[in-house]
Amino acid sequence: MSQSGIHEIAIIGGGPAGLAAAIAAREAGARDIVILEREKELGGILNQCIHNGFGLHTFQEELTGPEYAARYIRQVKDLGIPYLLSTTVVDLRREEDHVAVTSVSRRDGLLQTRARAVVLAMGCRERPRGALNIPGTRPAGIFSAGTAQRLVNLEGYLPGRRVVILGSGDIGLIMARRMTLEGAKVLCVAEIQPYSGGLKRNIVQCLQDYGIPLKLSHTVVDIRGKERVSGVTIAQVDQNLKPIPGTEEDFDCDTLLLSVGLLPENELSKAVGVELAPATGGPRVNESLETNIPGVFACGNVLHVHDLVDYVSEEAANAGRCAARFAAGTLSGGGREIPLAPAGAVRYTVPAGVDPVRMDGEAVVRFRVGRNMRKAVVTVLAEEPGQEPRTLLRRKRPVMAPGEMEQIALKKEWLTGDETKITVEAREEDA
Amino acid sequence: MPIVELTCISCPLGCPLKVETDGEGKVLGVTGNTCKRGEAYGRKEVSAPERTVTSTVRVEGGVPPVISVRTRTDIPKEKIFAVMEAVRRAVAKAPVQIGDVIIKNVADTGVDLIATKSTEP
Repeated sequence: MSQSGIHEIAIIGGGPAGLAAAIAAREAGARDIVILEREKELGGILNQCIHNGFGLHTFQEELTGPEYAARYIRQVKDLGIPYLLSTTVVDLRREEDHVAVTSVSRRDGLLQTRARAVVLAMGCRERPRGALNIPGTRPAGIFSAGTAQRLVNLEGYLPGRRVVILGSGDIGLIMARRMTLEGAKVLCVAEIQPYSGGLKRNIVQCLQDYGIPLKLSHTVVDIRGKERVSGVTIAQVDQNLKPIPGTEEDFDCDTLLLSVGLLPENELSKAVGVELAPATGGPRVNESLETNIPGVFACGNVLHVHDLVDYVSEEAANAGRCAARFAAGTLSGGGREIPLAPAGAVRYTVPAGVDPVRMDGEAVVRFRVGRNMRKAVVTVLAEEPGQEPRTLLRRKRPVMAPGEMEQIALKKEWLTGDETKITVEAREEDA
Repeated sequence: MPIVELTCISCPLGCPLKVETDGEGKVLGVTGNTCKRGEAYGRKEVSAPERTVTSTVRVEGGVPPVISVRTRTDIPKEKIFAVMEAVRRAVAKAPVQIGDVIIKNVADTGVDLIATKSTEP
């Protein structure tokens, strides 16, 4: 720490995003970094993701979650980057020349940490039952898929024997297989949408391999049981996602798992005044992954929910480099931001704007579409006053799906700097 | 010639594959893949499908209570439950290092079961 007692960078969260941000910040020259992690070990959610499929992009091999995490944890240790475990950050404040980080831990009690730059890497949470309005009783045996994953994979408990899963997010699919392998009977996975929110490979290797039915356009309309779940009722839904009377089917089960979406965990971001984007639930950031609060950066699932950890690591490394430049006083820019506007099926872009002076050679723009598409075209258009919109990029995509994040590289050389807006659009080719 | 339609599971892209066979198990060609791994997956999946098994093994002493494991490489798909039976019976003795062999030649697959995490960080 410097004599002023102010660290260069504090990183909130020691999961994949925080680890990659810390490593990249150190490699970019930041000497004085601290990671604050609320669990008793580094690695975040990867520790309970014991299945394989991580790291194909980054390491060209297929790793399990703990193995992927171990590679980053090893680097953090080799670089001598300090980290505080079992330490929960409870407040962030922007002060004149630093951000004040308040945390609590059993060992240190209340702890104040000050840093010139902060990287938000808190990850996301699962959407709970309370957000779904499922009728029925309130017995034991209803878990979010991630809670069940933690119980089975870290704590060694099997949370149930006969299981229904609501929602076809990846964690739900992964847990359908995991519970089956551990001897439970998974009766079905019900998905209210007409398509799965999970990766195709998980439909194949987690459901089809084990003969577990995926009921699309179905939802849970009743939960029964007094002390413990004794059964659920599933019904088909219409185009407006309303249950269709007469399609109800009862399942005797002792467990209901919910895999119905992930929400970026931004209570701390709000505390420090970070502006959130409604479409992602995460901070609105520019090309440097900096929020509206100077010196506060965001990356990983706290910024927007990713499908692949490889992209989290890549994005977080960028946030770490930018935080290092901010702390060193070299992240200067023109101060003008060109907004990126989603159009057509594109729901959002991250970043939401680019500074044409400050951006590196290229800015990776990540986005999602709001519906399944075939023969789609992604078009990036630049608008300048008094000129026809200029096409910067046009790329055909045979298939696009809401469950799969897309990305394009926006090149600095394409920009004049006078653009008033850059539109990222996806639509069907013949539309 | 019979064509089997598959979704590639080699990576998260999930390419839709068409595997053409001669009807007697011989693969004539794979289309729809966007990389070499996809072709290899398509060929294997119609003849001798394989999967990696990941699970946890109890740790003696109980801190942490379980440690995550996987088969070092893919194993025949029909051996998954035989592997799981061996995994359920196994007990690892701490300390375990990432990469340690927990069960040699698990369920006679010719593949070792290895730890994917260390008991002490």
